[in-house]
Amino acid sequence: MLTVYDTQLASRLFLGTAQYPSPAALVDAVRASATSVVTVSLRREAAGGNAGGQFWSLIRSLGVSVLPNTAGCHSVKEAVTTAKMAREVFGTGWIKLEVIGNHDTLQPDVFGLVEAARILCQEGFSVFPYTTEDLVVAERLLDAGCRVLMPWCAPIGSAKGPRNRDALRSLRGHFPEIPLIVDAGLGRPSHAAAVMELGFDAVLLNTAVAKAGDPAAMAAAFAKAVEAGRQAFHAGLLEPRDMAVPSTPLIGKAVFA
Amino acid sequence: MRVLIRGAGVAGLALAHELAIRGARITVMDPRRSLAETASWFAGGMLAPYCERESSEQLVQDLGLGAADWWDKALPGLVTEAGTLVVTLPRDHSELDRFAARTTDSVSLGADEISTLEPDLRGRFGRALYFKREAHLEPRVALRRLRRKLAGMGVTFQNATGGRPAPAHDVSADCTGIARAASDPNLRGVRGEMLILRTRDISLSRPVRLLHPRFPLYVVPRADHHFMIGATMIETDWAGPMTARSMMELLNAAYSLHPAFGEAEIVETGAGVRPAYPDNLPRVEGDGTTIRVNGFYRHGFLLAPAMAQRAADMILPPFYPGVLNETHR
Repeated sequence: MLTVYDTQLASRLFLGTAQYPSPAALVDAVRASATSVVTVSLRREAAGGNAGGQFWSLIRSLGVSVLPNTAGCHSVKEAVTTAKMAREVFGTGWIKLEVIGNHDTLQPDVFGLVEAARILCQEGFSVFPYTTEDLVVAERLLDAGCRVLMPWCAPIGSAKGPRNRDALRSLRGHFPEIPLIVDAGLGRPSHAAAVMELGFDAVLLNTAVAKAGDPAAMAAAFAKAVEAGRQAFHAGLLEPRDMAVPSTPLIGKAVFA
Repeated sequence: MRVLIRGAGVAGLALAHELAIRGARITVMDPRRSLAETASWFAGGMLAPYCERESSEQLVQDLGLGAADWWDKALPGLVTEAGTLVVTLPRDHSELDRFAARTTDSVSLGADEISTLEPDLRGRFGRALYFKREAHLEPRVALRRLRRKLAGMGVTFQNATGGRPAPAHDVSADCTGIARAASDPNLRGVRGEMLILRTRDISLSRPVRLLHPRFPLYVVPRADHHFMIGATMIETDWAGPMTARSMMELLNAAYSLHPAFGEAEIVETGAGVRPAYPDNLPRVEGDGTTIRVNGFYRHGFLLAPAMAQRAADMILPPFYPGVLNETHR
């Protein structure tokens, strides 16, 4: 079981709700993934203050925890306002905090992120900050009151998989007790398995599932990969060696030849 | 057979036409004062069944394949059969591969072939997909012409706000689009925003789709140097004015397609709410006397013909003049 902010979650796969071919396809993917948490963007679907209407009813009806996000916010003020709105709409203090620094790459503005995280933590929010793999930023976020970190492994929607494994490994090593959820950049189930093998606690996906030919099947594939990666991490992975080692001793040959 | 059609958007008008040519007596009722209040008014008018397959079910493609012929037969000269060009900025080339993998019936073009098709895009794109067998039309012209033609065929149009009771009828067809959501919880609104630009600096012969990981957009050339730029997809039934953000995204994308759009006049911004079912597929439902045609989502002009034919088949058996002539001879 994964525990985040005192809540136990059965699944280690978080699923985003944007970009599916249809709401019906989204529902199928959520079911197939057996996810415990879906994220939802408040800002994008809130045009005119008309709170997403039917779409949000559908999200609520999924029977899983909702993690609202502040996607599309470029300033501390916008992010804080959106978080407060999300708390009202979804009746949850959880907020996936995104403060975007670069419109094009959607890279987080880590300075604004830390500031917004401090404000929201003080106001009693359970903040899930979307950050880079930077160790010092991670420390600042924890100082600000976050008890979960969501580092990217590559830019949002890029499907590139883990780009900087050393940094990810270092994060895991420095914060053994903090739930670390890889958010953004995963393209294939093997990417999810790879970060789970590094010891990350969970992953968050959206585009890789929503834009797959068959979103429900891809969601199921990711669920298996996450499970496999987690199991492998616990089982103790064999570290790579520089020479071949036969699994069966060779009889009749000089061993150290 | 007397048929009452509620709703004078593309669904209602296409059904009226399909029934009128089969000999029904039709009244079309709509509470709206003008066609400009229908979602159809803000449509792109692309008859692009192959491109739409990228983000839709196979059914949308299958239903849409006959659309261009249907419109051409109903309103000769309306449809432009010039295909669709799909391009992307160099750094997003993988989007083009993805699009190609998800669709059929396209050919891959290089820079020279692109500039042969669209001289004004010369040098701007190194690669493109060309969907040769697609078409487009001007939705507003289509709606006006269809309405005029129907009136000429004896179809009665009645404004439903006048308090006049519905005329006597044998069958009623509900084609009210998003208005039906009030009594059908399965139906939801998906907002689409568009803008119309005018510039003499660039001309295009066919719809151009610009793929972008986040803001896919299309530009449809219209008469008199106008261009329709669309369209956003937002999960809300709010029909208010376009947001600054959407405007910025659409303009940004248009500008990336060609900087000449930066100097264009903004003639109009608009927003419509499209009706959709949870699977984003259209439906014809009902018994022989009350039927509902709805859920066209973002495919109004593409799906209206096939859905009108299906609905008409439920109301009246198809009329085959050739067959009848032979039997009676």
